[in-house]
Amino acid sequence: MATYTDEQVSRLVDGSLDWETTFRMLSMPKDSSRFAQYLAALQAQVPFKDRIVLPLGPHLYIVQSAKTKEWVTQCDCGHVFCGYRDNWKMHAHIYVRDTEAAMTEVYPKLMAPDTKWQVYREYYCPSCGTMHDVEAPTPWYPVIHDFEPDIDTFYKEWVNMPLPERAN
Amino acid sequence: MNMMSKKEVGFADLLQNGQTLKEFRDEILARTQASGHYNGITELEFRDNDPIGYEKLFSKLRGGLVHARETAKKIAASPIVEQEGELCFTLYNAVGDCVLTSTGIIIHVGTMGAAIKYMIENNWEANPGINPGDMFTNNDCSIGNVHPCDIATIVPIFWEGKLIGWVGGVTHVIDTGAVTPGSMSTGQTQRFGDGYMITCRKTGVNDVPLRDWLHESQRSVRTPKYWILDEKTRIAGCHMIRELVEDVIRAEGLEAYEKFAYEVIEEGRRGLQSRIQAMTLPGKYRKVSFVDVPFKHEDVQVSNAFAKLDSIMHSPCEMTIKANGKWRLDFEGANRWGWHTFNAHQVAFTSGIWVMMCQTLVPTQRINDGAYFATEFRLPKGTWCNPDDRRTGHAYAWHFLVSGWAALWRGLSQSYFSRGYLEEVNAGNANTSNWLQGGGINQDGEIHAVNSFEASSCGTGACAVKDGLNHAAAIWNPEGDMGDIEIWEMAEPLLYLGRTVKANSGGYGKYRGGCGFETLRMVWNAQDWTMFFMGNGYMNSDWGLMGGYPAATGYRFEAHDTGLERRISKGESLPLGGDFDPGAPTYEHHIDATARVKRDKQCMTTEDCYDNHDLYLNYLRGGPGFGDPIDREPKAIEADLNQNFLLPEYAQKVYGAVFSQDDKGVYTVDVAKTQARRAQIRKERLARAMPTREWMKEERERILNKDAATQVQHMFASSFGLSEKFTREFKEFWSLPEEWELHEEDLGVPTYGARYRMDLSLLPDVTTVVQVEE
Repeated sequence: MATYTDEQVSRLVDGSLDWETTFRMLSMPKDSSRFAQYLAALQAQVPFKDRIVLPLGPHLYIVQSAKTKEWVTQCDCGHVFCGYRDNWKMHAHIYVRDTEAAMTEVYPKLMAPDTKWQVYREYYCPSCGTMHDVEAPTPWYPVIHDFEPDIDTFYKEWVNMPLPERAN
Repeated sequence: MNMMSKKEVGFADLLQNGQTLKEFRDEILARTQASGHYNGITELEFRDNDPIGYEKLFSKLRGGLVHARETAKKIAASPIVEQEGELCFTLYNAVGDCVLTSTGIIIHVGTMGAAIKYMIENNWEANPGINPGDMFTNNDCSIGNVHPCDIATIVPIFWEGKLIGWVGGVTHVIDTGAVTPGSMSTGQTQRFGDGYMITCRKTGVNDVPLRDWLHESQRSVRTPKYWILDEKTRIAGCHMIRELVEDVIRAEGLEAYEKFAYEVIEEGRRGLQSRIQAMTLPGKYRKVSFVDVPFKHEDVQVSNAFAKLDSIMHSPCEMTIKANGKWRLDFEGANRWGWHTFNAHQVAFTSGIWVMMCQTLVPTQRINDGAYFATEFRLPKGTWCNPDDRRTGHAYAWHFLVSGWAALWRGLSQSYFSRGYLEEVNAGNANTSNWLQGGGINQDGEIHAVNSFEASSCGTGACAVKDGLNHAAAIWNPEGDMGDIEIWEMAEPLLYLGRTVKANSGGYGKYRGGCGFETLRMVWNAQDWTMFFMGNGYMNSDWGLMGGYPAATGYRFEAHDTGLERRISKGESLPLGGDFDPGAPTYEHHIDATARVKRDKQCMTTEDCYDNHDLYLNYLRGGPGFGDPIDREPKAIEADLNQNFLLPEYAQKVYGAVFSQDDKGVYTVDVAKTQARRAQIRKERLARAMPTREWMKEERERILNKDAATQVQHMFASSFGLSEKFTREFKEFWSLPEEWELHEEDLGVPTYGARYRMDLSLLPDVTTVVQVEE
């Protein structure tokens, strides 16, 4: 099994890893230590002290609150959306592109959906304005709860790492 | 008086063990069910005791399958097969479970297996009989084929009188004799217009195709020349592989071969589970996809009033990855099939998925039915992915399939991202269209049909560490290729006036989706020529990932009475290259002002007439983006601008880039000013946004007032009609009163098929093969 240095994983995270190593990562069996290295690389980047439990997106994490030990979903600016079991989008700010004028702000004429059929819902962090997700559903569609990770099984059975303490 | 043959029709003992094929298959299924291991194989004895011998056998067979594909495809004349590689050969054990497959359109791992199982379940061994040297042909979509243009030749493999397996070969033919020309024509609304349909028919004995089959089949399609060579391709490949198996048995013995043919499937089953545990993360993932079916438009001409409505395909997917590495794909909430050609059989779904998975989760040579046995599929009966009516059309099932799978790709990518395998993340796949199709009398004076397979090279989804690939691939063929202009111009009476990367077609993001491309075609030297469009226009079927945008949607451009014949003869300017900015089009400046131009979002049309010198823009879609666009590196934006991959207006609006252009036209992005502009964009976002729960109150009012386009309401109503769970969850989410209801019959659109349906299984003497939870 291939292994990679912490620096290589860190470079992967910031998008500066050389192609040769990236290609090796793609073509070789997966390195089982990646998750721990990944967490360490991300933890070194974020401005907060809370411990990252699981990354959800480029700027979104499930973290263990340093103060309360509760697991929450948090932006990398430090904004807490909600408890980790909730759908963070319900606690975000939303902008819906549901008119032709709003769509042509992002796509040339004829190259965006017809908003009678489909809208774009942009979910922003209420504090820093980072766009964490763009949904593209029909009108009326419920806000989708994309991901409910089974973190306990993942830590204990799949990557054999101690599960961070959880107060909630 | 006519005397019947004295040859007894009945038990054939093909397995030389006193069992029918069905009895033998039932036992394998029972052992699999009871033990959780394929055929009850709990120990991989062959592999563990003789690993080198096992690998040798594997390599010999796999190499032979790939070799047969590469060699046989040279027989074909059709560019779809010869250039694009739309063919595949697969080896099965005696019960039709896939042992190994070649490269190519490996969706057919399961589709040809389903045909073999259909023959087994319906006692083909008694009638019409299964003998050495037989050939069977199948393209029947109601028993598992994806769409009728995928024609399969299936050959049984015997050893000393014992049936030991099967080999199947499939090619995507250019025309199937459907109502309109092209391999995936549109306009027909039912199976009966989908073209020539063959149900596991015995079409050859003693290795020779039967004459009645040859005569009938060749006149049932528009392109017999290609049809004949495609069939020779399939037969040659199948016979090469049959010979290979004979060689292997001569060298290794029958016992070793048969042990391998079952054990390798159990190994495949375990392989998928261990890959899932090695790469993903347990939990529940929920994603959804949609496809527009705009049939109400006047340019869609169908033969039935009841098909004349706008509708939307709905494909919600809940993917559950379990602690043991098994996974479950549940499409509860999907809506009903429709009167169009985009419906998919359950096997098209369960088999086809591996053509995608081999590009992500199982990028190995070990693709076989083991992966199917490691997966729980739930495709509710009556949905577009498991129709409950024997009339459904399937000519372009891919239109819905690739879109449904885009959601899976996003779910898997979430798991890769969370686990740190960023290199595996893919935001999704392009809606692989447009499909330029049509026919008439070609440049050689022959009746002809075309289906441009340039869609083999759409943009791919963005990764979490790099952009998607431009004009590179199609989800349904890992080895897709756009084909050479020179070859297409020989195959189609359409000259190229441009072939260009399509600006802004890739979804924006920190890493953008791969751009698609566009080709401008001019009809030349044809007679009575027709063409039509098929793709997405009003909706996207992909989404972006983690802040990235979906790819751009499609649109159509066609022009008639262009005056190009005169313009060419007088040396006047011509429309050349790409339709760079459809908001400021330029083609129209180089054709007659009186030309009839259609420039709109109606990307689904039926056969329409084109004269020589008419124009058709074939726009192949881009892939979705990853991450917030204002995280994109300024240098990457600069490169996109300088390569015409991005219109300057959107570099500013979407990426927040501040740039200048020198007198040679070269763009330079100012990093500091861009950073400042991006800070401003964050503020503008928050100024125009509102808390999600506040917005939900407004949206709830719209739902209570039934304020949405009819096609949207129709989509929900047809999902509600099939799923109480989806209905309940929808009403709970929006806190709707108990009495709130939505029914198709209240929408003022045709409801033919909404209540009265008849499944294939209700035909006399038919046993269908069910391979999913329904």
